[in-house]
Amino acid sequence: MVRVAEEWFAICGGCEVSILDIGEPLLDLLPKLEFVHIPVLMDHKYYGQTGEKTTLEIPEADVGIISGSIRNEENKQLAEEMRKKCKTIIALGSCANFGGIPALANMYTVDQIFDTVYRETKSTDPADNPTVDIPPFTDRVYALSEVIKVDVSLPGCPPVPEWIAEALTSLLEGKTFSLPERSVCDDCPVIREKKAVTKLIRPLQDAEFTPGRYDNMRCIMEQGILCQGPATKAGCGGTEKTPRCIRAYMPCRGCFGPIRAGANPMVDMMGALSSIGLDPREIEDRMATFNRFIGVVGRLRPLPAR
Amino acid sequence: MKQIVIQPVTRIEGSAKITIQLDDQGNVADTRVSVVELRGFERFCVGRPVEEMPRITSRICGVCPWSHHLASAKACDAVFGVEPPPAGRKLRDLANSIAYMEEHILHFYFLAGADFVMGPDADYSVRNVIGIVGKLPEVAKQVVRVRHMCARMLEILSGKAIHPVAAVPGGYSKPLTEDEKKKLQEMANEALELAKFSIDYAKKNIFPNYLDAVKTLGVIKTGFLGTVDADGALNLYDGKLRMMTADGQYEEFAPADYLDYIAEDVEPWSYAKFPYNKKWGQFSMDLDNPVGIYRVNTLARINVCDKMATPLAQKELEEFRSNFGRPAQLTLLYHWARLIELLYNAEHVVELLNDPQITSTETRLPVTPRAARGVGCVEAPRGTLFHDYTTDEKGLLTAVNLLVATVQNNAPINMSVKRAATDLIKNGVYDQALLNMVEMAIRAYDPCLSCASHSLDGRLAVKIDIQNASGETVDTLTT
Repeated sequence: MVRVAEEWFAICGGCEVSILDIGEPLLDLLPKLEFVHIPVLMDHKYYGQTGEKTTLEIPEADVGIISGSIRNEENKQLAEEMRKKCKTIIALGSCANFGGIPALANMYTVDQIFDTVYRETKSTDPADNPTVDIPPFTDRVYALSEVIKVDVSLPGCPPVPEWIAEALTSLLEGKTFSLPERSVCDDCPVIREKKAVTKLIRPLQDAEFTPGRYDNMRCIMEQGILCQGPATKAGCGGTEKTPRCIRAYMPCRGCFGPIRAGANPMVDMMGALSSIGLDPREIEDRMATFNRFIGVVGRLRPLPAR
Repeated sequence: MKQIVIQPVTRIEGSAKITIQLDDQGNVADTRVSVVELRGFERFCVGRPVEEMPRITSRICGVCPWSHHLASAKACDAVFGVEPPPAGRKLRDLANSIAYMEEHILHFYFLAGADFVMGPDADYSVRNVIGIVGKLPEVAKQVVRVRHMCARMLEILSGKAIHPVAAVPGGYSKPLTEDEKKKLQEMANEALELAKFSIDYAKKNIFPNYLDAVKTLGVIKTGFLGTVDADGALNLYDGKLRMMTADGQYEEFAPADYLDYIAEDVEPWSYAKFPYNKKWGQFSMDLDNPVGIYRVNTLARINVCDKMATPLAQKELEEFRSNFGRPAQLTLLYHWARLIELLYNAEHVVELLNDPQITSTETRLPVTPRAARGVGCVEAPRGTLFHDYTTDEKGLLTAVNLLVATVQNNAPINMSVKRAATDLIKNGVYDQALLNMVEMAIRAYDPCLSCASHSLDGRLAVKIDIQNASGETVDTLTT
């Protein structure tokens, strides 16, 4: 029996639902796993079952699964406790791996966020920041790997159930798991002629497509609509391959993160756009768009005060 | 004086803790349910192109991403001044109801169910879905399969089930083909069977065994908010809002006017705020004299609606009302109401798939950026959800206001926990089972705390152009 602990930080819950979306194969995996801590599904508590302990404790486990980025001091403390107690740490989802959507907050200071939330909103009775018995924010949002060592990376917003199942099965067999370092374009079935047919247009209208088909559609970017496939890691389509957003005739926005460690998606995208004759300077909100899911390690910073 | 901290609250979405203060006799002096998370969407969405919001705001919640996706698309429609074509609207409505089925199944079986199937005092290692798999293997297998099947239905319908992309300003990006429709119809029939089974099973095997708990656990008296259509039937995608008092009187208003009714209190011990009906007076969570308090989510919705628009759900509503009246206040009835809604959604999905317009290829109208404000409102499974966007002439956001479902149950949750703890903990006697029952008062609300703590903002942006003597703008300052 492999002991598994699961924690979640600045989350939305989608990674946990993706574990459930493994579906019936999960019922085969479950008997091999012993969950010792997983707040969304099980009542194990930090301070003892009646709150009688004074220090936070997570039980020892073979595998620790963590979703969500680090946004407050308690997240940081829990990350360190998970690292201490778990032999293998899996960073599940794009928040844990790269900051995710919450890392868009790195474009603002913590003070600015609190000003908005507790004083400037139309409907709020203005008040001081809540601080009683709740964990203070860290100075910015961090990816898990900026705070603890991570052993397995399962990106995606949300991650793909098939790959989660494969990663868990690999670990049960004592093997490692990683996704191939290819781009979304490598799995995309559309027609590419390496040349845009128009200048950049915002996605305010349909691309041209035939309902039910993808093989006869011109690449969305060559149709002038920004698609971040070229700078994004492949895999979101699972074994079926066709990228998830493309299935809805919508462009990729980079939720699987950079193709490899050390890649620079901003530079990759500028290159991809220019190479087919599109001008990246025409993109509204470039910085936040190219770094939408990956705003850690300084990719997104507070704008200088004017 | 002694303090008990239950952390984390488990089998809910998101992060919270319960703090219970006992006096010297060991009776409850005070309780707090603190939401310990916050991300700040309304601040970090300022400056984004509004058409990207359905894909950004879905990430407020991965359990109810469709709710945010649709409320956002509707706010975009309003900002751009367009109404989707009928097929676009119906595809969104269809996605909404499939998502509802998935979530209500998830909550009842995977989150709350263990308290009833395994017992509130069972050991924590089995008081969960894994325990249910062991105790009721055939039911569990069916449930795991159908919940997953609903996610697959959403994939067929929209390409991506969690953090969807298909609802766009002006409509829906992916028309439904005949082939896809046939696949979905088969799956919809299976989902309807599970919905019928669930409410029958619960009425036979669960609710009768817990009637005492139903009558007392976390019981409070509040108003209710929900959405109805022009005939007063429950509508989860669109309609007018009904704000009902504890005595069953109500006022109706359009979603765009929500600020006339709803304000938010801030408490120092929770990141989530406390919405209240400001027309009813100054906010108070006092159990004997609550002021301004209203609830949202399943029980609220079936209280405010006159009827259900589908036959089987309507029969269930009539039976519910003959037992519990209108409005029903008992907190654990949220679970019963949830199963009635599950049935309604399952019937509604079948009916939408039989609509000939559902396979039309006219699903979307193009839109053009302009300076405007728009409010989009849907019923999320966990309550009424408002997205309020203001854009500049380039269609970039200058202000974002989000009033998110569960946050409107923040005060009620606190009150229910105070009630439950006060009733259950006497003379310093408590154990893990009793503390779990206090948590059950929270679970009934199926709270989504990532939603509740997004952050709430209606920030007014100011832009100052600095012009030189010739009237040319040489610099621009913005807040």
